[in-house]
Amino acid sequence: MANYKLQINGRNYEVDVEEDTPLLWVLRDTLGLVGTKYSCGVAQCGACTVHVNDEAVRSCVLPVSSVQNDAITTIEGLSENGDHPVQQAWEEVDVAQCGYCQAGQIMTAAALLKKNSNPSEEEIVAGMNANICRCGTYHRIKEAVKLASAKTK
Amino acid sequence: MEKALKTNRRDFLKIAATAGGGLLIGFNWSSCDSPKMKVVSEKEIMDSALNFNSYLSISPTDHVVIYSPNPELGQNIKTSFPMIVAEELDVDWSKVRVKQAFLDTEKYDRQVTGGSGAMPHSWERLRKAGATARQMLVQAAANRLGVSVSDLRTENGQVIHGSKKLTYGELANEAALVPVPEEVSLKNIKDFKIIGTPIKNVDNRAMFTGKPLYGLDFYREGMVQAMIQRPPFGMKLKSVDAEAAKAVKGVKDVVTFKNNVAVIGETTWPLMKAKKLLKIQYEPIDGKLESTEFHNQVFDEMLASGKADVKRKDGDVNAAFRSAARVIKSEYQCPFLSHSPMEPMNFFAHVKPDGVELIGPTQTPDRARKAAAEICGVSPDKVTVEMTRLGGGFGRRLRADFVEEAVELSKMLQAPVKLTWSREDDLTGGAYRPAVKYRFEAALDNENNLIGYKLRGVGINAGNCTRENNFPSGSVDNLLIESLEYKSPITTNAWRAPITNFLAFAEQSFLDEVAEAAGKDPVALRLELLDRAKKNPVGEIHYDIDRMRTVVETAAEKSGWGTKPGVSQGFSVYFSHRSYVAQVAEARMVDGKPKLDKIYAVTDCGIVVNPTGADQQVRGGMVDGMGHAMFTNMTFTDGIADQKNFDTYRLIKMNEIPEIETHFIDNGIDPTGLGEPALPPTGGAIANAIYKASGKRVRNQPFMEQEEMKNVRLGDPA
Repeated sequence: MANYKLQINGRNYEVDVEEDTPLLWVLRDTLGLVGTKYSCGVAQCGACTVHVNDEAVRSCVLPVSSVQNDAITTIEGLSENGDHPVQQAWEEVDVAQCGYCQAGQIMTAAALLKKNSNPSEEEIVAGMNANICRCGTYHRIKEAVKLASAKTK
Repeated sequence: MEKALKTNRRDFLKIAATAGGGLLIGFNWSSCDSPKMKVVSEKEIMDSALNFNSYLSISPTDHVVIYSPNPELGQNIKTSFPMIVAEELDVDWSKVRVKQAFLDTEKYDRQVTGGSGAMPHSWERLRKAGATARQMLVQAAANRLGVSVSDLRTENGQVIHGSKKLTYGELANEAALVPVPEEVSLKNIKDFKIIGTPIKNVDNRAMFTGKPLYGLDFYREGMVQAMIQRPPFGMKLKSVDAEAAKAVKGVKDVVTFKNNVAVIGETTWPLMKAKKLLKIQYEPIDGKLESTEFHNQVFDEMLASGKADVKRKDGDVNAAFRSAARVIKSEYQCPFLSHSPMEPMNFFAHVKPDGVELIGPTQTPDRARKAAAEICGVSPDKVTVEMTRLGGGFGRRLRADFVEEAVELSKMLQAPVKLTWSREDDLTGGAYRPAVKYRFEAALDNENNLIGYKLRGVGINAGNCTRENNFPSGSVDNLLIESLEYKSPITTNAWRAPITNFLAFAEQSFLDEVAEAAGKDPVALRLELLDRAKKNPVGEIHYDIDRMRTVVETAAEKSGWGTKPGVSQGFSVYFSHRSYVAQVAEARMVDGKPKLDKIYAVTDCGIVVNPTGADQQVRGGMVDGMGHAMFTNMTFTDGIADQKNFDTYRLIKMNEIPEIETHFIDNGIDPTGLGEPALPPTGGAIANAIYKASGKRVRNQPFMEQEEMKNVRLGDPA
């Protein structure tokens, strides 16, 4: 076990975990930030997506030891009042079915729009394509990213 | 107001008795009951709400708390059920707060999510729940004002007499004491204000801000976590060397039960590591381990000579085939599939001296309760079940195996236990969609009339793999439907639209083959068969001919069937779970390959309660049907699934979906379910469009792994 200093959602945390522990499980089990989801554990579905220095990354394969000194953002910290343009768009388009993958979808979309505030249809598909939604809400995800893009402008 | 209906005493009278108890709650709202002046907290609403019946409570703050009894897994019942109650209560939707009810077999019937059955089961009782409370509020207002109830009307949470308005909140206290009416009036459907409007998912905000909602998010101080290594199918535990696993920091114990090896600790990650370090030896239970090649042999042998269960026999099939001018014969096969909801199986169980507490994602809380009661030797009323939101289900959580495991461990460890399955556990742990193979035969006479039809299906742990009273039964004079089952140690379970999820594809593809052989348009053939069933029905049928005809005709109209040069259209229609869905898929040849552009879907599920939710269910069912028909395979080697995670278990992605256009038939018929019915027709519509475009007929799933489709990519964005 070792101590790691983490900066998550603008707050500082110190955790005592094994160095190979993926950030996902530090968030969920150690810090109780359960908005970030476990689904595949091998970076194949995107349910665990968080931001590390504004980049969308898969927290299920990211060892905690590799993210010290980085600014980590989870779904809980994407906005103070749950009103990030992407969150608003997800509500307006009524995107979710079971909803389990949507935190990861939202984090991926927010990172995409941060880099490219006006993505084309092809860029949206390319940016979102690695996030699996088993319920098949892909049409609405696309629509919501477009709406969020319009809100961001 | 239109219908006057007897209230069900079991639903309301008994519950009204508990409403009396609600009045004992002390409250004093006179000083702060002013929503305009201050924001009322959710806790204040919940704490002050007076119970009217199983489905609703009304708070003096004018808010209404509506309880949704069925597990929510994405079918949106937690939004659509309360809409129905709110409609008949005549209340402003913004004043509604929805609560997931927990298992309570005294208050509720059928707290199950499965079979698309919740809506048809509950439609009338939900309306009556709202209408009963509304009538009690009106009676209370009449008493207070000294006027007749016939002089009163309701609107937006108010009882109105001339210019005088009393809010439901003001009346709640008195209304809860009014005797439950013997008869209630329901609204005329033309007067609906909430039903038929797009109401957004009530959990949106919680889902989109990362609030704990799902079973896997549940945490309780003092609980231990567990993960389990289960044996391959057909094997049992021989020995365990847990030394390396126990040496992992954070692992507290390794225990065995019923051929399972469980690793126990306080957090998840050490358990995932330790599970991989277990050295377990298994031995075959009866010497035979099954692989996919073996199943292929079983299919062929049983199709050729197995003893079948005759599900339906009309006319003289042998004579019809003997006299046929032409016989068409085809075989269709599908693999096992995992349900693979995004949230893996998990459950919390706490076995205590006086009972069992269960919390987690289940489609069948009552089954979970009974299973726990049996394991612990207590009566079911000593077991409580709280349903969390389910991160998908697709039928997998109809089983209670994961609940039983958590209960066994809690009992053994004498501690509260949260059990988590990994994705690998989920894909290898069983209860799959059964693998099935069908053989269809059709006999045409000289004038290309369908005079004989045979279906023989073999399923691996599938039960009856046919739907013998479904279309085209009823429209063919000579018909034989046979089902055979092979019993395997590989476990299977209902998988979204059980059996029909593949049968519909096979049947609707085969009808396309028959239409081609008969030189008929695929839509015209179906209409001809429906006409025949209407004029001269053969035997029992379970579908409504007129409703099926309407979706067929509407889909042809909406899609411009047969009117688009250069576009290859494929047709499919299916009746399942009491709803009717017709689909037209459109493909084009691009660079010598078929490309899927669009699918139209026309659905008759009766009254559309929530258009945004209904559109979601149809779309989701179609994407599900398309993804699994085209991409997903599951094979076995010696009792173990070869696909162990999403790197090899191939789910559909965003770049593979075509445009989807949904339509609904507005016929005012009581609503039926939508969680499943849009899935079955999709595979057939796609396969028929691919055939039209490319001349390649795919009969086995997944399409993209078949020889015909090698090097073909579908669904790339244009």
